[in-house]
Amino acid sequence: MKLKEIAHARTGDKGEISNISVIPYDEKDYKWLRETLTAEKVREWFQDICHGEVVRYELDGVRALNFVLDKALGGGVTRSLALDKHGKTLGMALLDMELENNISGESV
Amino acid sequence: MKKIRIGSGAGYAGDRIEPAVELIEKGNLDYIIFECLAERTVAAGQQDKESDAAKGYNQLLEYRMERILPLVKKNHVRVITNMGAANPKAAAEVTLETAGRLGVSGLKIAYVLGDDISDCLEKYQDCTVLEKGVRLSELGESLISANVYMDAGGIIEALEEGADIVITGRVSDPALTVGPLVFEFGWNVEEHPEQMGQAVLAGHLLECAGQVTGGYYADPGYKEVPDLERLGFPLIEIDESGVFTISKVEGSGGIVCVDTCKEQLIYEIHNPKAYMTPDAVADFSGVIFTQVGENLVRAEHATSHGRPETWKVSVGYKDCYIGEGEISYGGSNCMARAELAADILKKRIKLTDICLEECRIDYIGYNSLYKDTLTRKLQASEPLELRLHMAGRTKDRQTAERLACEVEALYTNGPAGGGGVVKRVSEVLSVCSIFIPRDEVTQKVKYLEVLL
Repeated sequence: MKLKEIAHARTGDKGEISNISVIPYDEKDYKWLRETLTAEKVREWFQDICHGEVVRYELDGVRALNFVLDKALGGGVTRSLALDKHGKTLGMALLDMELENNISGESV
Repeated sequence: MKKIRIGSGAGYAGDRIEPAVELIEKGNLDYIIFECLAERTVAAGQQDKESDAAKGYNQLLEYRMERILPLVKKNHVRVITNMGAANPKAAAEVTLETAGRLGVSGLKIAYVLGDDISDCLEKYQDCTVLEKGVRLSELGESLISANVYMDAGGIIEALEEGADIVITGRVSDPALTVGPLVFEFGWNVEEHPEQMGQAVLAGHLLECAGQVTGGYYADPGYKEVPDLERLGFPLIEIDESGVFTISKVEGSGGIVCVDTCKEQLIYEIHNPKAYMTPDAVADFSGVIFTQVGENLVRAEHATSHGRPETWKVSVGYKDCYIGEGEISYGGSNCMARAELAADILKKRIKLTDICLEECRIDYIGYNSLYKDTLTRKLQASEPLELRLHMAGRTKDRQTAERLACEVEALYTNGPAGGGGVVKRVSEVLSVCSIFIPRDEVTQKVKYLEVLL
């Protein structure tokens, strides 16, 4: 199962830092996602792109995760040589991550 | 109970005007904000101002004011905007002239100064540059601007003095919303931490305009959004409790739902417990959104933890040049021909001594967004067409031009069937940050008036 089937995302930028929100469509999937989608997995997924640390923040109120990727924007939004200097397309690639489908009914 | 309605008329410098007009006409607003400054905008504005002292403000200012001034006057909506960019005074004068030309009288226009500290950078030479870890003095001659992200203080003062239009340069984006709320309800971080958290949340949700009403959200088959061609911009309604609803005017396109609000809540924040703004350190970790009607979402449970003692200064400097070129290859074996082209380019750079700080070659339509590891994982087959894109960073314009020309030369000197070359050279202005004590920044508010 792809992450995209259960969650959506939006990507933002500040300097050389990219942040990607991952928001489950069904709030019941939040707990499972919190256990499954670790900062380490995200760092490995973006190994060619993110050259710094990945920190994960949990927003228990809105039941969503925020991944903050340091050194992920090719030297910064202004001087990056990438076509997508802001890295705005990164979130969509994260949603293509394959996850083991073990969401069960009692995942609440 | 007093309720205040604030609309968002722009989320970036060049945003659409119709949604702002629609909000002023039908939104029953008290205020409308226009957020028009990205990280680099003020530095670019400073350069405009250097070549023409009457410029340096938002390029759409006059166009926007022409469209909205008669309406805000008629409907008693006060306007707060950072369209002053590098020159709030000139922006206020243009607004005054525009009002005069349109016969809109009885307007008090305020402009807020104090963010531009480029004249007193001497005393901050030893400050550490956040992004580079070096001292400011090491940027040397290349500095072109220095602007403080100020709090809502100047906006509040202008509203207290009865201003109808408030034009700022660099203030924090949420300050455009925090300003009118503090003016209306008298909140402060010590006594009203929850309300100040809610005020920053409101500002954060409004500042990108259409991004909370269904813009930047649609993904056909997953997330549907109706009528994006006439996307409605957001408005909030808030009372003294700080709890607010977010909506758009009836009949406009787009959608306001819990998920659009969640996406925008987390947009461009890092630690949700400490979202730093000069007015308050906001905490969004406990925020709850509830759908309370069609296109109507309630937002509550933001709070704040004091306010920072230092303010961020965005320092603009001349950084480098980028030379770029693109060429397309198509049909069977296009990947092999594009790779041959890339190989030729790399050898030409060596052969002709083009000195580059960094160089990058991508294939648009294949790996330009996600590089090789992810591309190989997610896309097995070769596409029918590819567009080679090469970009290199140089110290001077001439070298950047030479690099771009190497791509063009692939027409007659490269692999078979290349087409559609474009080349471009750009000067890069970059920004970096230092932090200075908040009490070293003095905001000044000045006024122009269109008399009755």
